Amino acid sequence: MGCDDIAMTMSDAQGATAKTLPDTAARPDAAVPALSIGNVSHSYGPRRALIDVDFEVRPASFSALLGLNGAGKSTLFSLITRLFGIQSGRISIFGHDISREPGEALRLLGVVFQPRTLDLDLSVMQNLLYHAALHGIGRRDARARATDVLAQIELADRAGSKVRDLSGGQMRRVEIARALLHRPRLLLLDEATVGLDVKARADILKHVRKLVSDEGIGVLWATHLFDEVIPTDNLVILHQGKVLARGDVARVLSEAGAQDVNAAFMRLTGALSGSIAP
Amino acid sequence: MSSTALDHRSGGFTLAEYVTCLTGIVWREGLRFLHQRERFVSALVRPLVWLFIFAAGFRQVLGISIIPPYETYILYEVYIAPGLMAMIQLFNGMQSSLSMVYDREMGNMRTLLVSPLPRGYLLFCKLLAGTAVSLLQVYAFLLIAWFWDITPPPIGYLTVVPALILSGLMLGALGMVISSGIKQLENFAGVMNFVIFPMFFASSALYPLWRVQEGSPMLYYVCQWNPFTHSVELIRFALYGKVDWVSLAVVGGCTVVFMAGAIFAYDPSRGLVRRGPAGGET
Repeated sequence: MGCDDIAMTMSDAQGATAKTLPDTAARPDAAVPALSIGNVSHSYGPRRALIDVDFEVRPASFSALLGLNGAGKSTLFSLITRLFGIQSGRISIFGHDISREPGEALRLLGVVFQPRTLDLDLSVMQNLLYHAALHGIGRRDARARATDVLAQIELADRAGSKVRDLSGGQMRRVEIARALLHRPRLLLLDEATVGLDVKARADILKHVRKLVSDEGIGVLWATHLFDEVIPTDNLVILHQGKVLARGDVARVLSEAGAQDVNAAFMRLTGALSGSIAP
Repeated sequence: MSSTALDHRSGGFTLAEYVTCLTGIVWREGLRFLHQRERFVSALVRPLVWLFIFAAGFRQVLGISIIPPYETYILYEVYIAPGLMAMIQLFNGMQSSLSMVYDREMGNMRTLLVSPLPRGYLLFCKLLAGTAVSLLQVYAFLLIAWFWDITPPPIGYLTVVPALILSGLMLGALGMVISSGIKQLENFAGVMNFVIFPMFFASSALYPLWRVQEGSPMLYYVCQWNPFTHSVELIRFALYGKVDWVSLAVVGGCTVVFMAGAIFAYDPSRGLVRRGPAGGET
């Protein structure tokens, strides 16, 4: 299945959502993939972490990047965010090559990393203002935006609280708010719900899905939790650095001959390792 | 949520965005400094111990002849004051590098590095922020030292500012280069033993170079090649409204070299690429 096929299936899957989108700046870029990963490989010395990874994320779509620990998800995120240099292949965000136009590409990108990246000694508002400054957003505008995003995540009353006084779920919500502060068009979340209770996980997922439907943001959601994937999502299964399947959930299930995502994952990864019969 | 021209326009960055980024990084570094009161206290206590105890003991042993920029005999405390100011900046530079290693391990560093502004500029802002913090520490030290009869000419408090900025940038950039090579926080003890102490002791901070030459010609050459010596001399002359041109050239040159090294080390396609993902990540 090529990238165009994926794009087609993703568009189909999100068709209903796209029709209800407000007339935002997402429209002009609808034809351009929010994220394009083209044959990306990466090695740490002799160990190959990613092997010819190739897929796309469309605007206004929710794509789940499913893989076990060690599959290469965080390495891929580090490449997309330019923390690591690309050894081979190509990554672009809304058509901006991350190597050649990093400023343009990173401007359109919001990221929630796997480890917590908030400054625990600063307040919620101070963390948000710092992030805004890193994107060149002036203080007055930044404060207005911060107030706005904090209201969205229902933490407006905690703006002055020190981050270390928040719960794990609240910290994650602040990180999502921070990632949205510069109004990105593509949002990456790396294992954003790990370590959270069931309710906090559900709240965060609901909020992110709402961003897709209401704001037209493209989302790449890396996880190893199968129950976070729903039928309308797009799915990329990454295992031992390779993409084993991609497309909308129905197509992946059909190709794997499985009834659910869990079974499909086990079948696909088992087929690769030989430990589980295809 | 509406989009604005700022969000998604093409092209480079405006001057206002660069300035906003700089002020934001300096502001955050200042806030962190204020929140870490023990860091401020320890930054002050260290040079004051040298001034009040070490210098008091050695003033009877070490005589200081009249050497530029001084125009008369001076107390040993007066001599070592610029060296202690530079020491504050040396420790601050290394402390900043320690915080970069910590930030990298804890993930905060990513917040900085995924900013769309040029990475070299971000590192420069980080350096400038660290230097601004070191200026606060140095002036707090000078204030206390004033009560200890270390009273440079009033104009010296102003003329020393450029020297402190340049020196702070050089030592901060050195710390940044070192931090790029440290993989774990625990390795920072090695920085103390192999960088801070040798740089401080093999310099003109505690004794004039002519005295070092009398004792050990080899050590004299080491001191002359030590960029920290030139930081000390640059500050010493500036504190008395004068310029040591050789030291200015050395410190300026080293700042450029160390800064280039830091940018190289934090370039994703070079320095960071050698590392794997942080612990616990996949």
